[in-house]
Amino acid sequence: MKLLNCEDCLKEISSYLDGELDPDLKRHLEEHLSFCRHCQVVFDSTRKTIELYCDGRLFPLPLEVRDRLHRALRRRWEEKAR
Amino acid sequence: MTESSQALPRKDDSLLVTEAKAGNYAAFEELVNRYEKKIYRLGLNLTGNPEDAEDVLQEAFLKAFEHLPEFREDARFYTWLVRIAINEGLMKLRKRRSDKSVPIEDAVSEEGEIIPREFTDWKPNPEQLYAQGEIETILQNAAQSLPPGFRTVFLLRDVEGLSTEETAQLLNLTEGAVKARLFRARLQLREELSKVFKRG
Repeated sequence: MKLLNCEDCLKEISSYLDGELDPDLKRHLEEHLSFCRHCQVVFDSTRKTIELYCDGRLFPLPLEVRDRLHRALRRRWEEKAR
Repeated sequence: MTESSQALPRKDDSLLVTEAKAGNYAAFEELVNRYEKKIYRLGLNLTGNPEDAEDVLQEAFLKAFEHLPEFREDARFYTWLVRIAINEGLMKLRKRRSDKSVPIEDAVSEEGEIIPREFTDWKPNPEQLYAQGEIETILQNAAQSLPPGFRTVFLLRDVEGLSTEETAQLLNLTEGAVKARLFRARLQLREELSKVFKRG
């Protein structure tokens, strides 16, 4: 397999993040990342992007929203039980 | 730790579903407690609006409650719940569009190149440099910059942790289309966030 260029690397970054590359392609991509600063930045910041959206501390459920949800469900339950 | 302070073993979702179907409200409430935060966050990231996110949350659980007897358990409870929440969220987005006759999916193309323009390293731990409200606004604005068809795939795959297959089934897409959209969504979000988080 020939060496990957930046365009090839970029196309595979998403599959690499998902661990879906075959071993040969993975090795070539890692080799490219080891010397290409631009692709390394794209890879690192893409990974960080995903981590930020998954951060469980962000977007907390407000207490009053939770209360309204539980009251609505309880009401529906009681209506059904009648 | 004393014996009395040990946590009770966590019941499987499927057991809670069985108990809730048999009329045990506490079992259903436990399922709500487990997933309410995630469904709210999903609604918020999908619609970009706290009022709509609350509607998505309420409607998703009320519909789950109504339709629980029909839930055949051929998928995980959470996947089923996410399906309901996504449908509610997409309905909200459709209502907002002026041209309601065009389905959201038609506005999405997986073709065309994505060329990164931001190659500057990010500041270390950007989430620690902003107040919580600021970082949430930055993330929401970036998510809203994506077409809904890409945003939905990103949220299902990367945030909710659904598999490519589950996401494809849920959105009625091929697995190839899910992968293509995920790739584009990730890179586009990265590009948006890089504008804010780059060093310098």
